[in-house]
Amino acid sequence: MVISLLKAFLVGGGICVIGQVLINLTHLTNGKILVIFLLLGCVLEGFGLYTPLIEFAGAGASVPISGFGCVLVNGAFDAAKNEGVVGLLSGGLAAAAGGVSVVILFGYIIALIFKPRTKTK
Amino acid sequence: MKEREDSVKEKGRDFNDVNMQNYKSYVFAVMPKSKHFKNIILAFVVGGLICVIGQLIIEFFVFLGVSRVDATGHASSCLIVIAAILTGLGVYDKIGRFAGAGSTIPITGFSNAVVAPAIEYRCEGLIYGVGTRMFFVAGPVIVNGVSIAIVVALVRWLFFLYC
Repeated sequence: MVISLLKAFLVGGGICVIGQVLINLTHLTNGKILVIFLLLGCVLEGFGLYTPLIEFAGAGASVPISGFGCVLVNGAFDAAKNEGVVGLLSGGLAAAAGGVSVVILFGYIIALIFKPRTKTK
Repeated sequence: MKEREDSVKEKGRDFNDVNMQNYKSYVFAVMPKSKHFKNIILAFVVGGLICVIGQLIIEFFVFLGVSRVDATGHASSCLIVIAAILTGLGVYDKIGRFAGAGSTIPITGFSNAVVAPAIEYRCEGLIYGVGTRMFFVAGPVIVNGVSIAIVVALVRWLFFLYC
């Protein structure tokens, strides 16, 4: 248990360090960093490299946004094996549907509950 | 403030005639320098800690008897909910101010990118204000992610079938 927490800390922290170095060097906005890491996760999973990383590091690899890309590719690939082209097109979003739905639902609820606050420095 | 103006003048003095070609290098010269090393350490610690919380939630679900693959998905959803509430309370923005990529790259940063504009543009109405602005950052992420994922999965599937 302690070992798995340590692995999650090191790998998750390491991925964030790569992102921070990228921000420091290129001054990209947060949205672009999110997209870049998502695409990185997609491409790595395309070579079958990201699932072993998740098996090794657990949440350290699945919590960063690249894990979301891995889920999309994995879902589309697995569905394509079973259902062909229809599975390829529907499988990715179907696998990620839970997370996206939770974001939308809670985004709406939180927007109803909380009032916008002025940003203080 | 005076000091700042002086340093801007100092750094920008080679750029007396700012034109379209050298505008970007001018901005780089006069913008405040961020502390690289400190930023990287903070990103590592905060990003690592968010992943540790995720791992704790996974271990909790596994302890309850959920399979490890399902538990990974549940943990991501739990982190999304926690980050949404923290964004509503205004806590997540404070973390984000010093953690940089450490708070952006975990799935909590995605949640924050959806919830923050949703709250901000609530005054424009619940249907168009919240409904449109919610995907100001998340929209590009989902559009690019889904498109690339389908292309990558197609290539991998063709390799799987014919190689």
